[in-house]
Amino acid sequence: MKILVLVVNRVIWFVPTLLGLLAIVFFISHVIPADPAAFAAGENASAATIAEMRARLGLDQPLHIQFLRYVQSILVGDMGRSIYTGRPVVEDLLSRLPATLELTLVTVVVATLIGVPLGVISALRRNSWADHGLRLVTIAGLAIASFWFAILLQLFFSMRLGITPLTGRVEGWGPEPITGFYILDSLIKWDMETLLDALHHMILPVATLALPAAATIVRFTRAGVLNALESNYVLYETAMGYPRRQIVWKYVLRNALIGTVTQIGLIFGILLAGAVVVEAVFDWPGLGMFAVNSILNSDYNAVMGFTLIAGTMFIVVNLLVDILQGIIDPRETR
Amino acid sequence: MRQVLRKLAEDRASMLGLALILIVLLAAILAPFLSTHPGDVAEFHTEIRLSPPNADNWLGTDRMGSDIYSRLLFGARITLTIAVVAILVAVLIGVPIGLIAGYYEGLGSDILMRGSDVFLAVPQIVLAIAIAQTLGPSIENVILALSATYWPFWARLVYAETRSCKNETFVEAAIALGCSPWRVMVLHILPFISSSIIVRTTIGMGGTILTAATLGFLGLGPPPPTPEWGRTIAESREFLPMAWWYAAFPGLAIFIVVMGFNLLGDGLRDVLDPRLRRASSGK
Repeated sequence: MKILVLVVNRVIWFVPTLLGLLAIVFFISHVIPADPAAFAAGENASAATIAEMRARLGLDQPLHIQFLRYVQSILVGDMGRSIYTGRPVVEDLLSRLPATLELTLVTVVVATLIGVPLGVISALRRNSWADHGLRLVTIAGLAIASFWFAILLQLFFSMRLGITPLTGRVEGWGPEPITGFYILDSLIKWDMETLLDALHHMILPVATLALPAAATIVRFTRAGVLNALESNYVLYETAMGYPRRQIVWKYVLRNALIGTVTQIGLIFGILLAGAVVVEAVFDWPGLGMFAVNSILNSDYNAVMGFTLIAGTMFIVVNLLVDILQGIIDPRETR
Repeated sequence: MRQVLRKLAEDRASMLGLALILIVLLAAILAPFLSTHPGDVAEFHTEIRLSPPNADNWLGTDRMGSDIYSRLLFGARITLTIAVVAILVAVLIGVPIGLIAGYYEGLGSDILMRGSDVFLAVPQIVLAIAIAQTLGPSIENVILALSATYWPFWARLVYAETRSCKNETFVEAAIALGCSPWRVMVLHILPFISSSIIVRTTIGMGGTILTAATLGFLGLGPPPPTPEWGRTIAESREFLPMAWWYAAFPGLAIFIVVMGFNLLGDGLRDVLDPRLRRASSGK
């Protein structure tokens, strides 16, 4: 019952946040530019096209009417047409969504598998050489520009050593899409060759994205474990003579990891932002590459569509994380 | 204050960070004197294009034959200018909003904070891309895009800190003595919470520089021939793997300055923020 209240509470906040996002994108696309119609029509549009666009977008109306119409059109999935591909922006974005989600999800798994154990080690051996070393490595991991790291990996592993593919998701055209997730698709068809090829292509992009994500997880896990170690219940259990191993594994880790779960939302944001440039470097046909190509082509509707969908995904993930945290942390629902 | 500085001086990581920042700062200020080819920001020497590092061009040359070392030095000016001005604007917007929303309670505060939450609900680079794309590529627009997306970090922080110290005795005493709300906020609350603002600002510098470089890499930064580091890396891509120096050194420069701010920020937080100190470095 308490969980239900929590869920409803969070979902209620979801609507104004989404409206706020729409308002920001509306402001950027309709209020900042001197002539939004010219932007929407593209660089080489004729005066007649721009005039038609102005009437069609209702840009002669007052701003609040414009905003209502804008929200209306987004709600029915109309983000305008891409000037470059000529297709509705929504279609373009949706067709590229699985590639980005697959990359992001694999990265989250890899970063968690690396980050959590390292964070725990760092906390349990506080102020040892391993802890200091990890502190330096994590700070460095958050200081590297991901597009530069991606290029260095390509330079070394693909161009010099030739052991990883330079770009793309698979050799050739890839499997017939069922879900659009290549790992899932090749498993459904039990096509081991494609599966291995897809995984092989993932190594460098995932390594690039996982570096800052794992660094963040290490830092939060470390802080969480240290906080738990210094709490009163650990003091109590130690005083009662519980073996340290049991305290750490049974109580400290469970409580510390609750904090780490909440960081997944933050990490997802890092990854979405990272995906923009990493996909561009690796020609990964996802949302990020679409956004970068749209920037290069001055494809205005497409860039705004990307902003909306990236923002919405981020808000949804944070909502899910909030709810998940409420479920695993009994204090939230008490 | 002296105690804080002494503690900071004892932390080797913070001192390394400070040293890295000072190196880049000096490089930016002294660029005309330190550079070997000061004219190469705009000059081309196509006959020596893409030469590897040598005695004359210490870090090699780029696709136009310009000296990469000299361009990097002038690039430091652009990077630091963008980051310092953008952060300054973000602080000047965010801190007053946080103070006012934290000091007063009511609908106005809620609206201000919900507004900044919405900005925080979108990854900063995504919003910055949308704004920079709308405004067009230039230094001023990068600064505008960054400050417009980063101010909520300070608003949130200052709001939370103001709320938590509002009921402290020293604030109540100031109010009881008849201080105006402005006086309480600026002369009593602001100094009390300044250490968190300093920590947040130092760490924010690193993140802002990375975002600015990313905008440059995507072609949304200052236009050529500006020696902006991110743009230089983007240019270098068609000459890989041959001209490795072209991509390697600008990225290294970004890494050095961001690492400097991150190390210093980390150390400052340990020294200035007692609540986090407990968790991060023991007693």
